[in-house]
Amino acid sequence: MDKPFAITLDVGSSLANKTGSWRTSRPVYLDRLPPCNHACPAGENIQNWLFHAEGGHYEAAWRALTADNPLPGVMGRVCYHPCEGACNRGQLDEPVGINSVERFLGDEALRRGWKFEPPARETGKRVLVVGAGPSGLVAAYHLRRFGHTVKIVEAGPFAGGMMRFGIPKYRLPREVLDGEIQRILDLGIELQLDTKVADIREAMAAGGFDAAFLAVGAHIAKRAFIPAGSAARMLDAVSVLRSMEGEDKPMLGRRVVVYGGGNTALDVARTAKRLGASEAIIVYRRTREKMPAHDFEVEEALQEGILIKWLSTIKNMADGGTLTVEKMALDDKGFPQPTGEIETLEADSLVMALGQDVDLSLLEGVPGLEIKDGVVQVGTNMMTGYPGVFAGGDMVPSERTVTVAAGHGKKAARHIDGWLSGNAWVPPQKHEIATFGNLNTWYYSDAPKTVRPLLDIMRRKSTFEEVVSGLDEKNALFEARRCLSCGNCFECDNCYGVCPDNAVIKLGPGNRFEFNYDYCKGCGICVSECPCGAIKMVPETI
Amino acid sequence: MELQTVKFYQTGTFTVGNRLLAEDERSVQANTERTNSLNSGHRACQGCGEALGARYAIDAAMRATNNQIIAVNATGCLEVFSTPYPETSWQIPWIHSLFGNAAAVASGVVAAMRVTGKTDIRVIAQGGDGGTTDIGFGCLSGMFERNDDVLYLCYDNEAYMNTGVQRSSATPPAARTATTPAIGPDPGNVAGTGKNVPLIAMAHNIPYVATASVANLRDLEFKVTKAMGIHGARYIHIHVPCPLGWGSAPADTIRIARLAVESGLFPLFEAEHGEVTGRTPIRQRVPVDEYLKLQKRFAHLFGKEPDTARIAQVQATADRNIARFGLLGD
Amino acid sequence: MRKQIEGSRAVAEAIALSRPQVICAYPITPQTHIVEGLGEMVKAGELTNCEFINVESEFAALSVAIGASAAGARAYTATSSQGLLFMAEAVYNAAGLGLPIVMTIGNRAIGAPINIWNDHSDSMSMRDAGWIQLFAETNQEALDLHIQAFRLAEELSLPVMVCMDGFILTHAYERVDVPSQEQVDAYLPPYEPRQVLDTGNPVSIGAMVGPEAFMEVRYLAHHKQLRALQLIPQLSALYKQQFGRDSGGLIRSYRTEGAETIVVSLGSVNGTVQEVIDDMRDAGTAIGSVGICSFRPFPLAALRDVLQHAKRVVVLEKCFAVGLGGIVSDGVRNSLSGIQLKGYTVVAGLGGRSITKASLRQLFEDAGADELEQMTFLDLNADVVSHELERETHTRRTGPTAEAILRRLGTVGSQVG
Repeated sequence: MDKPFAITLDVGSSLANKTGSWRTSRPVYLDRLPPCNHACPAGENIQNWLFHAEGGHYEAAWRALTADNPLPGVMGRVCYHPCEGACNRGQLDEPVGINSVERFLGDEALRRGWKFEPPARETGKRVLVVGAGPSGLVAAYHLRRFGHTVKIVEAGPFAGGMMRFGIPKYRLPREVLDGEIQRILDLGIELQLDTKVADIREAMAAGGFDAAFLAVGAHIAKRAFIPAGSAARMLDAVSVLRSMEGEDKPMLGRRVVVYGGGNTALDVARTAKRLGASEAIIVYRRTREKMPAHDFEVEEALQEGILIKWLSTIKNMADGGTLTVEKMALDDKGFPQPTGEIETLEADSLVMALGQDVDLSLLEGVPGLEIKDGVVQVGTNMMTGYPGVFAGGDMVPSERTVTVAAGHGKKAARHIDGWLSGNAWVPPQKHEIATFGNLNTWYYSDAPKTVRPLLDIMRRKSTFEEVVSGLDEKNALFEARRCLSCGNCFECDNCYGVCPDNAVIKLGPGNRFEFNYDYCKGCGICVSECPCGAIKMVPETI
Repeated sequence: MELQTVKFYQTGTFTVGNRLLAEDERSVQANTERTNSLNSGHRACQGCGEALGARYAIDAAMRATNNQIIAVNATGCLEVFSTPYPETSWQIPWIHSLFGNAAAVASGVVAAMRVTGKTDIRVIAQGGDGGTTDIGFGCLSGMFERNDDVLYLCYDNEAYMNTGVQRSSATPPAARTATTPAIGPDPGNVAGTGKNVPLIAMAHNIPYVATASVANLRDLEFKVTKAMGIHGARYIHIHVPCPLGWGSAPADTIRIARLAVESGLFPLFEAEHGEVTGRTPIRQRVPVDEYLKLQKRFAHLFGKEPDTARIAQVQATADRNIARFGLLGD
Repeated sequence: MRKQIEGSRAVAEAIALSRPQVICAYPITPQTHIVEGLGEMVKAGELTNCEFINVESEFAALSVAIGASAAGARAYTATSSQGLLFMAEAVYNAAGLGLPIVMTIGNRAIGAPINIWNDHSDSMSMRDAGWIQLFAETNQEALDLHIQAFRLAEELSLPVMVCMDGFILTHAYERVDVPSQEQVDAYLPPYEPRQVLDTGNPVSIGAMVGPEAFMEVRYLAHHKQLRALQLIPQLSALYKQQFGRDSGGLIRSYRTEGAETIVVSLGSVNGTVQEVIDDMRDAGTAIGSVGICSFRPFPLAALRDVLQHAKRVVVLEKCFAVGLGGIVSDGVRNSLSGIQLKGYTVVAGLGGRSITKASLRQLFEDAGADELEQMTFLDLNADVVSHELERETHTRRTGPTAEAILRRLGTVGSQVG
């Protein structure tokens, strides 16, 4: 077309005008650290495995999850999910039910028989793992995946440690535990049961091990001195829970008093109720707010009819089971102080749930070790003072939970691998945390958390079926999709859509986006409108 | 109105795209094959709401018509920043004639299409609020009244921005403009003035009238797509913040548009043949202060002593809209 | 086919024969009958493939035509007087965009005072808008010019105004020869736009052009008009060849051989002028006349050819530039640059004032004797003027001049022919 000069213009001609030169600051894509990942003691990349789950790609999600933690079925039941406490969505409505999705993935993996990929190569290095609890199993798993030859030596008759002997069946069905342990062992890990390592150096030398990871659980119950008559029945919580695994169930009687305020106390009280006790009373010297047990477990226990006497200490236990209890009052610093006010309680048995210690005898005589407050001191690389001997779980100073133990196992495995190869493992720089303020939550729909249906209360009290049933696939998908993907692009296309200058290039599924700085004027709308805070502005350097 | 039957909680219904949706359920803007009717290299200010709104609307219309769109543009920012010789940003057949005649020129284009048998080619007229509610109002009303097969898009940034931010009949009460300065006993634009062109459009009994916002792309695309499925005169009034004229941060353009909607100051509704048939409920209601405070044109309301009386007036307007259009949903 | 019809009807039939595709109608006296006629033809199904659009203003009328033309349709509208002013912005725009719209101007005075009668002020107000302006002398020529106008417009991609005197031509019943559709089709090919809004080949029409190219754009507009100076006579000649009639062209000379005095004028008044010239030639006066058909482009060379051997030129114009003088005279003077020739500007017929043969004869005789002032107003009522001027010198609140004059005159009819 012979177009009139200047008045009529050809399409596409504006591309000659590179408006990027207007810019004083530029948007850049980044990955921020989601608070759930940051809070996870096991170092799971939660946002990432939820991302796969959101698409219904459960196996991919499970593989992403188990890249860090091989026990999702266990975690989904017993983890106290600090991730959910940190979840930004909690500031919007309710946290994402990460734990329940994890459990769904764990169960789905067991149901479908998904297996771990065997190691790609063998290093020829040998690592001894002492203790088949969560920390030892997780360490063994990672070490095996690195290609090392791993042997686990366990003092008890079964693998699982506290997962088996400290957590009641109603919270962790044994087929789940057994399934996940077996899958780890299927990687080609040798497990030797009923063998107590008496001397670690000797055991390493005898087996030709290049390194060892010690993960002995805290199985020794702490004691408190309570004057008691000779006929008084006093037990400790660890043995009560352990004996639940055997043929002979513990004899607790009809009226059971549990002394302590941790999760173990609750486990015992709830177990007693299930064993037929008509009355299960927890005596705790402080208030509910101060109780170390998780509140949701307290709530479930109260619903089951467990009674709790707050601000009370047990003074003595007379023959015939009469307990003398003194009322306490918090002082201005929040510590319980005796009031002199006394009452009595009738009990057939008193179960002490006052904490546990670790048997550290295997370390006797090992030079360079430092033991303090009943635990082994380790460096940031989880190595003890003796080169090649690493430790984790209950043995080292830390919170004693399955998840923390699993985290130790993973972290130790990485350091052991680094130590074995001669290249110390350096943890990658952590990204800045994705805060709630980084998000633009308008773009997320509002939906309540899928509340996991509770089993009928009566049924729960009398059996050891699981208290909390899992999500079905529909609910799991729903729950996963509530994830805000904090700090990590989930390809919502907002930046691509909201740029007034079409200066965002969409790279296709899985490949995210890039900026076309030829045209980006640096307005920053993409940053404001990114739902998940995966873009930030940086000053333009001229 | 039902935009999407399935709720996707992570990505929501409100983001541009959604990797979990089927390709044909995503927004036009999510698609790499979108027309980019208004191409890169245009000279709109940083964070221009009008540039965004125009691309949103025209791209949606292009998809709805299998790319058979001719656009007529009134004089104004959109025209000036998109077609300075020797560069045009338009990827579609486009004509600019005058400030006040876009609707009439569009009527002419439609007549030409009809008489030459090209009725598959659809015509859009577009202009700013000045070119629509003021100087182009006569031609607009004429086009409506004849029920010409034109979709008129008004990109409302609430003043004459191209000429340097002067008041138009779409300027809201209390807003500072170059011709309603924030001085004297009654600073900013006078309360109780201005006109509501969507309602006036409805009074013409034309088949379709809607309001839309750059803050709600899915809603906007839904309305443009719906409009392209209808023949006769149609009008969509799109709220497009102007960082320059409103004294707001360029990054806040969509945020401010969203607050206008969520406060009730800019109600999103649809009307067919003169009757309101749909409204887009407010999702998270906010007081008008949150909207006003982000804009320097309202800064005089938040001086040492907040002008609570005038803020209350603005809030009353929002409340009235909410009640009138039932914006709080069920 | 010969028909005894009103001028407006003749134009309507010419338009219809030109196969317009979009017609925009807005009423204003005295052009209204044209669009009424066309509307009737469309409604009756006599004129098919044509959109007849009733618009809300002249501004919209031309704007709709702009859109239609840019989208590839042959577009037409008509207006007069205030209507032309109301669409002024669009008038410039249509020319600037190079859109071949044809528009009839039923020439009429511009208010205030409001006046519906004929003069050329309206067309002249748009003389620099970039349109081609053709002035018809008779209804037959008006008819013919419209057919030529479409071809001219479309060949050049420029809009064309065909100007015809309001009432004098628009409302006059005369015998005209209306050509057949076949004849018109043979002369006027279908519209083939130079630029068009096309989804298959998108362009942006109507860019903003800054200082770097605006001068060139304007020069090119001028250059198009210069090309029209060649094309208008060619199309006129072709028209004559196909229709057997002299119509259009740049100028039309009448008895200018050896003329010492040549009268230059536009439009229907030429007929009267020619009658007076016949009388004066009979009486031995060496006088002739030139009718300018193409006012834009202004035929400088053609006029110079005709005028250069005369002794004086009298420009009789139905318009004037207030505060300066003749508008047509300006162009005529321009054409005579370097030639010593007496020039007289005569403003006549404003607001429908009759131009009588007697007045003209007296005027031409005075001119021939060089007893004419350089600028005169034909048949100006000096008494009224001086009375009003006198009144204004001693009364502050004189009230509206027009009403005062009417009061003094008593009757209107006696002053209008």
